[in-house]
Amino acid sequence: MMNRPLEGLLVLEFCQFLAGPSAGLKLADLGARVIKIERPETGDACRQLSIKNLFVDDDSLLFHTINRNKESYAANLKNPEDLERLRKLISKADVMTHNFRPGVMEKIGLDYESIQHINPKIVYGVVTGYGNEGPWRNKPGQDLLVQAVSGLTFLSGVDIDGPVPFGLSVSDIMCGNHLAQGIMAALIKRAKTNKSVLVEVSLLESVLDVQFEVITTYLNDGGKLPDRSGAKGSAHAYLSAPYGMYETKDGHIAMAMGNLPNICAIIKCDIDDLYVEAGSAFENRDQLIVRLAETFKKQDTTTWVNLLQTHGIWCAEVLNYQTATALSTYKNLEIEQSLDLGGDKTIKTTVSPIRLDNEKLFAAKAAPKLGVDTRNINTEFELN
Amino acid sequence: MRPLEDYLVIDFSQFLSGPSASLRLADMGARVIKIERLGVGDICRTLYTSNLIMNGESSVFHAINRNKESFEVDLKSEEDCEMVRELLKKADVMIHNFRPGVMERLGFDYPSVIAFNPNIIYGEISGYGNTGEWRNKPGQDLLLQSVTGLTSLTGNADSGPVAMGLSIVDMLAGAHLAQGLLACLYRKAIKNEGGFIQVSMMESAYDFQFETITTFMNDGGALPERSKKNNANAYLGAPYGIYQTENGYLALAMGSIPQLGKLLGCEPLEDFLEISEAFDKRDEIKAILADHLLSDTTEKWLSILEPADIWCADVLNWNALMAHEGFKVLNMIQEVEMVDGYKYETTRCPIRIDGELLTSPVGSPKLGQDNEKIIKEFTTQNTIANA
Repeated sequence: MMNRPLEGLLVLEFCQFLAGPSAGLKLADLGARVIKIERPETGDACRQLSIKNLFVDDDSLLFHTINRNKESYAANLKNPEDLERLRKLISKADVMTHNFRPGVMEKIGLDYESIQHINPKIVYGVVTGYGNEGPWRNKPGQDLLVQAVSGLTFLSGVDIDGPVPFGLSVSDIMCGNHLAQGIMAALIKRAKTNKSVLVEVSLLESVLDVQFEVITTYLNDGGKLPDRSGAKGSAHAYLSAPYGMYETKDGHIAMAMGNLPNICAIIKCDIDDLYVEAGSAFENRDQLIVRLAETFKKQDTTTWVNLLQTHGIWCAEVLNYQTATALSTYKNLEIEQSLDLGGDKTIKTTVSPIRLDNEKLFAAKAAPKLGVDTRNINTEFELN
Repeated sequence: MRPLEDYLVIDFSQFLSGPSASLRLADMGARVIKIERLGVGDICRTLYTSNLIMNGESSVFHAINRNKESFEVDLKSEEDCEMVRELLKKADVMIHNFRPGVMERLGFDYPSVIAFNPNIIYGEISGYGNTGEWRNKPGQDLLLQSVTGLTSLTGNADSGPVAMGLSIVDMLAGAHLAQGLLACLYRKAIKNEGGFIQVSMMESAYDFQFETITTFMNDGGALPERSKKNNANAYLGAPYGIYQTENGYLALAMGSIPQLGKLLGCEPLEDFLEISEAFDKRDEIKAILADHLLSDTTEKWLSILEPADIWCADVLNWNALMAHEGFKVLNMIQEVEMVDGYKYETTRCPIRIDGELLTSPVGSPKLGQDNEKIIKEFTTQNTIANA
C-alpha cells in the first residue's frame, strides 16, 4: 500500500463544472476521501455537459474524466432535513469547497462564518469567477469570458487573426491547481494552529497569474502591449526568431530559441540582408520567420530534426494526438489508466501527473453515479 | 501567520518550471534560497523576452524570482558542496530541474541527500522522465507543446499548429510540483516523514489536456477538429468563440442559436432549430453570426445579451483591463524592491488565505547577494575555517 500524503482527510465538494472539481480530483489522487455533495435528480451540471455527445451510461465522459476517484452524496440544500444532515457531515470534515456565486452560501447558512460554529477546524475553499467585490462579481465565471477580459487572447496566433483564445479551459484548470495548492497550504497551517482556514481563488486572478511574466514585462516597459508576429507559425509575442513552428515538406517542425546565424548556417538559409547584429532577431522577426519558412518547406520533418539535433539545436516534430500517443516516451511515462465501470465496461483516462516516492498515483475508481453513496455515508457518519 | 512560515526551501532549479514552484512556496511563507552557479547564476537572468532589460537582468527573471535569496556557489568545489550540504541538512524541501544524471554526478541526488537529511522533501522536474529514449531531450516549453498535440487545439482549422503564446507547460509542471511538495509538507507536519516528488513536463502537459485526451482515447482515436473561423474550443459547437464587431470584439460562450437570432435581430439563425446543429453546422452558423455582429458595436450587443443572461463579454487588452474597476478591486499588482533600491511592479500570488493577500515587498536577488549571511548562519566554525 502506498502512503499517500492526504490519507485520512475528508473533503466535501459542493463545486460543479471544472475548476473546483479538478482541485477535488488532485486532492483525491493525493489520498484524500472526496465526497461530492450533489443536488438530487440532476447533480453536478457537468453530468449533462458533453463534448462530441460522448456519454457513459447516464453521465458525460467529461464528468467521468473530472470526477473519478470520488463518492457522491445527494442532498437538497433547500430541504431543512437534508441541511441538518449536511451540517453533521461538515462537522466531521477537514475540507469543504464550493463555487457558488457570492451570497448563495450565506443564504442557506453554509458560509464560512456559519460553518466555523459547527466545525472550528474546517479548511473552507471558495472559487469565484472574479472575486467577491467590484462590478464583475456577479458575472458568470465562464472560462472563455475570463480569458477574454484578461488580455490573454492577444498572446497566441498571428496579429491579423484578432484575439485568439487558448483552445482549452485554461483559467478553470489553473484555478483548480491554485485551489488545490491553497487547500494544502491551509491544511499545513491548521496542523500548527488547530484553527479553521479560509482559502479563496478566482478564475480571473488565476489566468492573470498564468501571464505573470509577460504582465511584469508590460508593467515595466511603459505599458507596451504584446506585439504578435504577422507570420504564420510564430509562437510567442515576446520572443525573437526562430521561435515558432514551420511547415515542412510533410508536416511541421517546432524551433525553440537558439542562435539564429548558427541555425541558418546549418539549414543553409541566407539571412545576411536581414540579420546584421544580435538585435536583428527581434527587430526583423517577422521577415526572418518568413525567410526560414521558405527553407523549411524544402525537406521533410525527419530530415530537419535529425540534422539540427546532431548540432545540438533545440527542435521537435509537431505531433497530433495519434502520433504523440504512439511515442515510446508516452507509454514509458504511463500517462493512461483504465477505469472499471462494471459489467465489462472500461474507459481510459489520464493518471495524476505527480509521482510520489517513485510511484505513479494510479487511482482507477470510476466516477460515482449520482447519490450512489448517500445511504452508506448516512450510516457511517450517523447522519439520520 | 503564513502557512509555510519557518520552512526552508533550497532551490537548485533554473528557468521557469522549478522556480515558479518555489515562488509559490515563498509567497506562502517559506524561506527560499536559490543555489546559483558561480559567476553566471540562473540562466534565466539573461534570458530576454523582448529587448527589455531591468536593472541588468531579464524581466522574466524578476517576475519569477522575487521574494527569494541567492547563494552563489561552485558545485565543482568540494568546499562549496560542503556548505550546500550544511544548508540541505537544515532544509525541509529541495528542488532541482537538471537533466537526468547531473545531480548524481554532483552528489545531490535523492539517495545521497536523504543519507544526511532523511526527512527532506525532494522535488524534481524533468522534461520527459528519467528513463526512456527521450530522457535527455531538452525540456523546453514550445517543444513540449508540439509533441503532446497541444498545438492542434488553438487557432482555426486552416491555421496549422498554433502554440499557446506563453510557457504554459513550464507553469503547469511548476504548479504540479508545488502541489506534490505541499502534500508532502502536510504529511511531514503530521507524521514527520520526508518524501520524493517527481514531475515531468510531458505528464503535466497531458494533465492539462485531460478532457480532450480522454475524449480522444475513448472516441476511436478521432483527432480534434477546430472550427473554420472563430474557434475557441475544437470540441464545442456554435456560438463558442470570439467575434469582431463594428468597434472591437465580443466573446460568446453559449446560447441557443434561434434565441441568439431573435435577440440579435439575425433572422437566418432562427432556422437552426435542432440542438445538434449548433455543433454539426457550427461553421455555417459562426459565419452568419460573424457577419451579423460586424454590423454594430460591442456595447450594443452586450446591452442586448447580458440582460437576457447570455454568457458574453467584451474582449480587453491589458490597457483596457487595468483601467477597469473589475481589475482594480483585485489589487493584483504589487511593487517590490531589490537590495540596491531598484523597484519594479509585478503580479502577486493568486491565492488568498484567511482573507489576506499573500504579497511581499522583497524583489529578486542579485547573484550571490546573500552569501555572507548564509555562510555565517548555516555553516559550522569548521567549514568556515575551510572556506
